[in-house]
Amino acid sequence: MRKVFRLSRFNIASLALGLAFLYLPILILVLYSFNASRLVTVWGGWSLRWYREFFNDRAMIEAAWMSLRVAVASATIATLLGTLAAVALSRGERFRGRTLFSSMLYAPLVMPEVITGLSLLLLFVALNAERGFWTVTIAHTTLTMCFVAVVVQSRLGSLDRSLEEAAMDLGCNPVRAFVAVTLPLIAPAIVAGWMLAFTLSLDDLVIASFTTGPGSATLPIRIYSEVRLGVKPEINAICTLVIALIAVVIVIASLASKLSSSQGESAAPLEPSDGHVWCSGTTRHS
Amino acid sequence: MSSRRIFARPARFAAIVPYVWMALFFLVPFAFVLKISLSQTAIAQPPYEPVFDLTAGWEALKAAFASLSVDNFKLLGSDDIYVFAYVRSLTVAITATALLLLIGYPIAYGMARLPKRWQAVAMVLVIVPFWTSFLIRIYAWINILQHDGLLNQILLALHLVSQPVVWLSTDTAMYIGIVYSYLPFMILPLYATLAKMEPALEEAASDLGAPPWQVFWLVTFPLSLPGVGAGVLLCFIPIVGEFVIPDLLAGSSSLMIGQTLWLEFFTNKDWPVASAAAIVLLVVLLVPLLLYERLQKRQLEQGR
Repeated sequence: MRKVFRLSRFNIASLALGLAFLYLPILILVLYSFNASRLVTVWGGWSLRWYREFFNDRAMIEAAWMSLRVAVASATIATLLGTLAAVALSRGERFRGRTLFSSMLYAPLVMPEVITGLSLLLLFVALNAERGFWTVTIAHTTLTMCFVAVVVQSRLGSLDRSLEEAAMDLGCNPVRAFVAVTLPLIAPAIVAGWMLAFTLSLDDLVIASFTTGPGSATLPIRIYSEVRLGVKPEINAICTLVIALIAVVIVIASLASKLSSSQGESAAPLEPSDGHVWCSGTTRHS
Repeated sequence: MSSRRIFARPARFAAIVPYVWMALFFLVPFAFVLKISLSQTAIAQPPYEPVFDLTAGWEALKAAFASLSVDNFKLLGSDDIYVFAYVRSLTVAITATALLLLIGYPIAYGMARLPKRWQAVAMVLVIVPFWTSFLIRIYAWINILQHDGLLNQILLALHLVSQPVVWLSTDTAMYIGIVYSYLPFMILPLYATLAKMEPALEEAASDLGAPPWQVFWLVTFPLSLPGVGAGVLLCFIPIVGEFVIPDLLAGSSSLMIGQTLWLEFFTNKDWPVASAAAIVLLVVLLVPLLLYERLQKRQLEQGR
C-alpha cells in the first residue's frame, strides 16, 4: 500500500528526463566550443581555435570587460541596498509606506524586462543623463537589489530572534547587536545575494540594450547581435567561458552557504530549505 | 518595551536609502512612460513633443493638460499589429505556462519523493541552469535546432525523417526555448509546496482505498495549489513580455508584444506609441501581478 509514496519508477524517469533536458543543451554547447571545424555541427577534432579567435576579437573583449565592471559595481551597490531593504522589511515591523516599499521590491522580479528597460531609458533621457556605464549600472542595481532583498530577507526570517534580543539584554544597542550578532549570521546570504546579482547583471540583455549608449555594449548585447547574424563557433567559446566563470561563482556561493551550515541553517538560494525563496519570487530571466 | 520593539526603530531607518532608490528608479520612470505616452511624436531627439514644462507656470501647465493626446492609445486599438501582438502574447504565455506546468509538475513531484539528502542535490541541479546565462541557453538551442543541427542529424541517422526538418524559426522552437528557460521557475515553487506536504494525508487516502490517481487528484494536487499558483504567475507574467526567445527562435510572421515594443522603440523610433503600448501591457499584467502579491503575502503568513 505504502508503495505509492515511495520513489516510483515514474518519479525517477521524470526526474532523469527533466535533468537531461536542462543539461544536455549546455553540455553540447561546451563540447562544440572545442570543435576544430568551422561548421558548428560537424565534428573536426579537438581544438582551442575559437578561444584564440575570441581573445583576438577586440570588440568582444571590450564588451566582456564592460560587462564585468557593470556586474561588479551593480552587484556591490545592489547588495548594500538590498540588505538594508531586507533588514527594514523583516525587522522594521510596521512603518509608513511599508506596503508600497515591499511592492516596489517585488514588482521588478516579475515585471517584463522590456517595460523596466523602456521606462528607465525614458527617465535617463528626461534627466539628460549620458548613457553608458553608469546608466546600465543603475538599471542593473535596481533590478538585482530586489533579488538580494528576497534572499537576505528569507535568511533573516529563519534566524532566531532571541539571539539579537540576548545581545540587547546584555547591553548592546540595536545597531551594535545587528553588527555583532546578526550580520555574521546572515553573511552567507549576503554573499549569495552578491553572487546572484553579479550573474544576473552579467546575463542581462534587454535592460542593458535600453539603458546603454553607443560604444558601450555589454557582452550579451554583442553576443546577441552576432547570433542574429548567424551561428559562429566563436560564440560557443565565449559562452563556455561565461559558463566557467559562473560555475566558479556558484562554487564560491555554495561554499559560503556551507560555512553557515554549522548553525544547522542554510542561507544561499542553493540550499533546499530556502525553497520558499523561490515561491516568494525570483525571475530572470532576463 | 520589549527588545523587539527597540530593534524596530533603527531598522526602519534602514529603509530610507533603498526606498528612495526604488522610488527614483522604479516608480518615477513609470510616470515618464505615462507622460510620453500622452505626447505627440516628433522627428527630433528625443523623438516626442514635450508634454509640459514645470517651469512654465500654471497657465502654461493648464494649456499643456488641455493638449494631452490620447491618440497613441486610440492608435493601439485601431492598429491590427498591436491587437494581434497582445493576443499572440497572451496565447503564447497561456500555452507555454500550461506546458511548463505539465512538464514541471512530475519533476517537482519526483524531487519531493527523493530521500532528504538527494532532495538537496536535485534542488541545486535544478537551480544551476538558472545561474547559467539565459542568452547562452537560448543559443545552445539554436545549435541543436538549426538546419544541420544535432537534432536533425540524429533524426536522419535514425531514419526517422528522410530530409532535415525545419525547427528554427518556428513556434515549436519558441516553445522549446520558453519551456527550457522558465522550467526552474515552475519547478521550484511546486517543489517547495510538495516537499512541505504531510505524507500522512496521502497515506490515509490510500489506506482508505483510493487508487493512486485518486490520491493524487483528490489529495496531492489540491494541496499543492499554492505552489501551482506561484509557479504559474512567476512564468506567465514575464513570458507575456518576452522578447529574446521569440526573437531568436520564432519566425517573424507574428510578433509578440515585447518584440513589437522593441521594434517601435528602436527601429521606428516612435517613443510615444511604444510608451502607450507599454502602459497597456502594464495594465494587462496588473491583474496577475496583484494576484501574485496577495498569494505571496498569504504564503509569508503561512511560513511564519
